Amino acid sequence: MIEIKNLHVSIGERKILDGLNLTVKDGEVAAIMGPNGTGKSTLSYVISGREGYDVTEGEVLLDGENILGLEPHERAAKGVFLAFQYPVEIPGVATMTFLKAAVNAQRRSRGEEELQTPDFMKLIREASTKLGINMDMLKRALNVGFSGGEKKRMDILQMSLLQPKFGILDETDSGLDIDALRIVSEGVNALRSPNRGFLVITHYQRLLDYIKPDTVHVMAKGKIQKTGGPELALELEKSGYRDYVGEAA
Amino acid sequence: MTVQAIDKKSEAETAFAGAFEAMKGKGAPALRQASWEFFTRKGLPTRRVEAWHYTDLRASLRTVAPLGAPGAITLPPTTLGRVRLVVADGAFRPDLSDVASLPAGVELSSLADVLAKEDASVLTALGLPENAGADAVIALNAALMQDGVVLRIAPATEVAETIEILLLSSGGEACSSFTRSLVIVGDGAKAKIVETSLALSPSGAQENHVLAFAIGAGAEVEHIADIGPQSESAIRLFSLLITAQAKAAFKSLGFVEGGGLVRRQIFARLAGEEASVSLDGISLLGGKDHADTTLVVEHAAAHCQSRERFRSVLDGQSTGVFQGKVVVRPGAQKTDGSMQSRALLLSENATMNNKPELEIFADDVVCGHGATCGRLDADQLFYLVARGLPKHEAEALLIEGFAGEIVEALGEEAVRDIYFERIRSWLGKRGGAK
Repeated sequence: MIEIKNLHVSIGERKILDGLNLTVKDGEVAAIMGPNGTGKSTLSYVISGREGYDVTEGEVLLDGENILGLEPHERAAKGVFLAFQYPVEIPGVATMTFLKAAVNAQRRSRGEEELQTPDFMKLIREASTKLGINMDMLKRALNVGFSGGEKKRMDILQMSLLQPKFGILDETDSGLDIDALRIVSEGVNALRSPNRGFLVITHYQRLLDYIKPDTVHVMAKGKIQKTGGPELALELEKSGYRDYVGEAA
Repeated sequence: MTVQAIDKKSEAETAFAGAFEAMKGKGAPALRQASWEFFTRKGLPTRRVEAWHYTDLRASLRTVAPLGAPGAITLPPTTLGRVRLVVADGAFRPDLSDVASLPAGVELSSLADVLAKEDASVLTALGLPENAGADAVIALNAALMQDGVVLRIAPATEVAETIEILLLSSGGEACSSFTRSLVIVGDGAKAKIVETSLALSPSGAQENHVLAFAIGAGAEVEHIADIGPQSESAIRLFSLLITAQAKAAFKSLGFVEGGGLVRRQIFARLAGEEASVSLDGISLLGGKDHADTTLVVEHAAAHCQSRERFRSVLDGQSTGVFQGKVVVRPGAQKTDGSMQSRALLLSENATMNNKPELEIFADDVVCGHGATCGRLDADQLFYLVARGLPKHEAEALLIEGFAGEIVEALGEEAVRDIYFERIRSWLGKRGGAK
């Protein structure tokens, strides 16, 4: 379970999150919707530990433990996973090398034995097959020359290898056509489980046709403005964010 | 190029006269004399010589160490079963070399013997290619050359074994050495030559090495210049001269692992149609290392191809230099040239100087160049740490990827493994980024 309590975040002088509260239970898929520039991506970066954000107040608890003081790799080992809006290309680093390094770094961090190559290969072969990823692709440099859909699929592959407690999907639908969107959503849905929570950040209702949320939260002006069920997303699609942006916008 | 009139000789320039006195009777008197006069006119290069702008040799080389002499040496084991020829502190050492296991079709002489016998064909090849003619360091080498190896590879011979020229510095008392080696590759022959600069123990050695390749028509050469670590006080100058005839191919990797002042200068001349040259380089620098790669590729014939890809990783207070010039002579139509130098700065105090140049005197050519200089990418770094890699491991993976793209181009897996391992071991020594 992740609990975000009274979170205040600034970049330099600029306040981005202004007392945000949000709880996502294990097994729950929570969607955050909101207009551009309301701090949705900031929230995902702050949870996963990116540098450059000043947390001035509040806490982020993962299963009761405040993770804000931890390094990003320690948060990852504890089960935080961020699927990026734009997965980064890393020339010169073979995808397979990276995947093995990531899996084993997390295992080390948790005090577990590292996976030996045959075990790792077995794991990766299974996970890749499920997502329709060709093993040859894993020999190529990470995300270099991959299409938008392939990059997102690669992120989902990582999620299925790393088996996080809490997954954040940051505008996963950006740059995806309908077919790619379906494949990626199926990958996410396959990972839904009673002991794993998801936070799905999106502008559009469309993604939520594929990944059905349990709760929907409207975010504007640095905090959650309204919480409801899936019907709230449909309502937003009709009326827009006007009611939440208010006079200050 | 600017020629600077030097009013007064530096202490080092004066000291070289003593070395010339010792060497001038050791064969090739005319070449030595002419080279010496050329050197004394020009003096040691300073910042005012354009090709040496970022490496002020005159300021760095204050005193001259005595000439090296043969002594007892314990060799490290050979690498990958290479046929090893040892040139230690300036002298070819047949006693330490795999002379008996030279492959068929390869003829070996020591430079000292060739000079003593005044072998005209070799002396002509030893002369400077046109585009290297103005360099004072190569002239100094010709005036003072002590020894080296001369390899002749018979036409149409495919040499399977890799031949390693091991330029050894035994350490202890700093000494200077001037070696010149020559590889004459017959038409249609194939050869793999590795040039390794190794210090058995660190010293302020002053080394001036020339390695020249005369590559016959249709011949193929793979070359590695492996410049290992040395003391911060060492001064090491490596000149690589290449003349490629029609359809000849020369492919090279320079791997520089710091060690005092290192200057690699490469003069490649594509003399016959459809010749090609590919020059790759990796420099891993830290501490106060200074490594300069300055190259000139001259397209003297039509339909030739040249590729240069250099990557520098700079940590500590190190300085990197890349100067590359591609010259396309009139008539060298359909030239295809591309040059790229990229640098990764890991520390606030590291410096990179990048200067790519094109000089094109033909109108139907495709030539391009690019140079970049930057830090580790914050987005890439965050991507990796967000997946669970500790920061120093994420940095190491990115740096390995940056340099490793060049290693990937090597043909033999066992050789690629060596250089990946060298990169990892360098990364292991540096620890986390500052």
